[in-house]
Amino acid sequence: MKAARAVLEDGLALLRRAAPREGTFGAYALRRLGAMAPTLLVISLLIFLLVQLPPGSYVGNEILELKARGEGAAAERIAFLEAEYDLDKPILEQYAIWLGVWPGARGFSGLLEGDWGWSFAYERPVSEVVGEAIVLTVLVNLATVIFIYLAAFPIGLYAATRPRALGAGGLTFLGYLGLAVPNFLLGLILLYYAHAWFGLSIGGLMEPRFLGEPWSLAKAGSVLAHLVVPVIVIGTAGTAAMARRLRANLLDELRRPYVRAAAARGLTGPRLVLRYPLKVALNPFISDIGTHLPALVSGSVIVSVVLNLPTLGPVLLEALRSQDQYLAAFILVFVAALTLVGMLVSDLLLGLVDPRVRFGALKER
Amino acid sequence: MALERWVSEEPFVPEPATAAPEGGRHSALALTVRRFLRHRLAVVSAVFLSLCYLAVPFAEILAPHGPATRHASAILHPPQAVHVFHEGRLVGPFVYGTTARVDLDRLVRVYEPDRTRVEPLRFFCRGEAYRLWGALDGDLHLVCPAKEGDLFLLGTDRLGRDLLSRIVYGARISLTVGLLGIAVSFVLGLTLGGLAGYYGGRVDAVISRIIETLRSLPELPLWLALSAAVPVTWSPVLVYFAITLILGLLDWPGLARAVRGKLLALREEPFAEAALLMGASGPRIIAVHLLPNFFSHLVASATLSIPTMILGETALSFLGLGLRPPVTSWGVLLNEAQTIAAVELYPWLILPAVPVILVILAYNFLGDGLRDAADPYA
Repeated sequence: MKAARAVLEDGLALLRRAAPREGTFGAYALRRLGAMAPTLLVISLLIFLLVQLPPGSYVGNEILELKARGEGAAAERIAFLEAEYDLDKPILEQYAIWLGVWPGARGFSGLLEGDWGWSFAYERPVSEVVGEAIVLTVLVNLATVIFIYLAAFPIGLYAATRPRALGAGGLTFLGYLGLAVPNFLLGLILLYYAHAWFGLSIGGLMEPRFLGEPWSLAKAGSVLAHLVVPVIVIGTAGTAAMARRLRANLLDELRRPYVRAAAARGLTGPRLVLRYPLKVALNPFISDIGTHLPALVSGSVIVSVVLNLPTLGPVLLEALRSQDQYLAAFILVFVAALTLVGMLVSDLLLGLVDPRVRFGALKER
Repeated sequence: MALERWVSEEPFVPEPATAAPEGGRHSALALTVRRFLRHRLAVVSAVFLSLCYLAVPFAEILAPHGPATRHASAILHPPQAVHVFHEGRLVGPFVYGTTARVDLDRLVRVYEPDRTRVEPLRFFCRGEAYRLWGALDGDLHLVCPAKEGDLFLLGTDRLGRDLLSRIVYGARISLTVGLLGIAVSFVLGLTLGGLAGYYGGRVDAVISRIIETLRSLPELPLWLALSAAVPVTWSPVLVYFAITLILGLLDWPGLARAVRGKLLALREEPFAEAALLMGASGPRIIAVHLLPNFFSHLVASATLSIPTMILGETALSFLGLGLRPPVTSWGVLLNEAQTIAAVELYPWLILPAVPVILVILAYNFLGDGLRDAADPYA
């Protein structure tokens, strides 16, 4: 008995030693990851139920239609699919099977095992339907985030160091513009002018002649050119908000006595601003992207539909309309996960630069 | 020996009987109103929004035409300019009549103003018959076209329906959808946030998790999924209420978080403790002492989330998953401007975006003003 206890304690001590120490980046990262997993689980359940919500289902409608046309054989195939994808089971069981924690007709085969389900409308696995769209979705969102950082940083810096210049007013204007003009409308109009003035082909993410071509420098260039309009449209509101935040933080910092003391000793220009105040003001700038991510991903969905980008947005819309349940559920979960991962990354970045965050000293705002 | 102490029998008066400060005493409300009035843009926005909402019940009178009336001879008619002088002579507001011809190169109808046909507008005139509020029959309009003339101030759509009239009727849906949605969100947010903030502990932990989870989700895809769940067979009125419910259902977490945070902080304030020691009950403390401290703040943040809902409805309808014709909302109208062709050939079809932008800007300014007035230190 005593020996068993000693072994247990030894084991625990070993684990404790192996686990990252409190306050290190590893511990912080593990904690954030641990907090994300249950959230994602709850979200996946919600989404699965949500997608099942509409009366009827794609398979049900299909069977009815086939029966009405008297095509018994095809109906049998559909019924086979129904059994294959466990559509006849209770809904919670269906969820567990879909997630991959419960054996279905094909054993353990769900999201966790990398099986994303079957698209009834496309009659192909979901992974094949969304394949390239996933990459492009991540690309569009990533490009937008980078654009927001790249644009917000100089704007915020400028507006803070020249508080009375046009910049501040322009920022406010840009913010209201991003807020008030519906995304899709801005997209439509910008797209028109990009076409009229720069001869960009309408819609899509590349020139039609590159479709299905292997990747080349010209193709990448075409994709970049086509990214400009969607990225500006999706990113305007976020840019304005981030720049405003940076400006406010930096202004607060520049009023501090130590800045005045530095100025009194003769420090001027960029060094005065960049040396310390900017570093302090930068923290919220890094993590703030997290609060804008949900809106950003939302925006990317509708903008993709309007600009006809080959991302998940249009596929989702079509899947929801035709009640293609696994396809819709997968895309919704993916989009939510993308948001969460983005927020996680921004949190981790903040933890990397600001040790106080790692110790949990800074409560969530 | 009993300790002698004197207890006043007089009822406790919170305000001490000292002399009023210079300039007289002001209630908190009066101070708030004064701060709000200083915010020029917010006041202008408030007036603008009141006018918009005043127009809602009288759409039938304000619109020159019915929302579904088709003018077969004026399909995709461009907006007509209003002139006042005709050949140097004062006529009063009028439009030139137009003649239609088909441009065979571009395959579009072209309407050219005919400088000889002066069609003065008529005001407070008899026009198309309508039924007001489902009860009153009438045919009085604010503006009508000249007899035997046309009047399309903002042009017509592909079925020849007057865009101005449709925008006026669309306001009815688009302006109220945000109000109903915010009502749903307000009830949910106040209840759940109140529960979390008042009980704390485990209730707080659960509700806070829900709030954080919902806040980290992109709204639009979920709105899309929810609206796709609205059965196609439902009547337009039911769909309308379903959409408001959907919009409110995802908006409450922000409000709940504000309520919770404020309750948690105010609970610890000395005045709350004082009230507790004086024997006030929990509900009384919340309703009389805590709530007034942040209710105005809540109203302000609610005002700021109405535009999100209006934009949400617009986006949903634009994508064809929200309200559907024959219901007319600004989003439904914009649905017709979905294509590049509309931007290039018939740019006036995008005009319904103008009221959307104006109303949303007004709500934002109003919300900013209210927030500053309610909470000058925030």
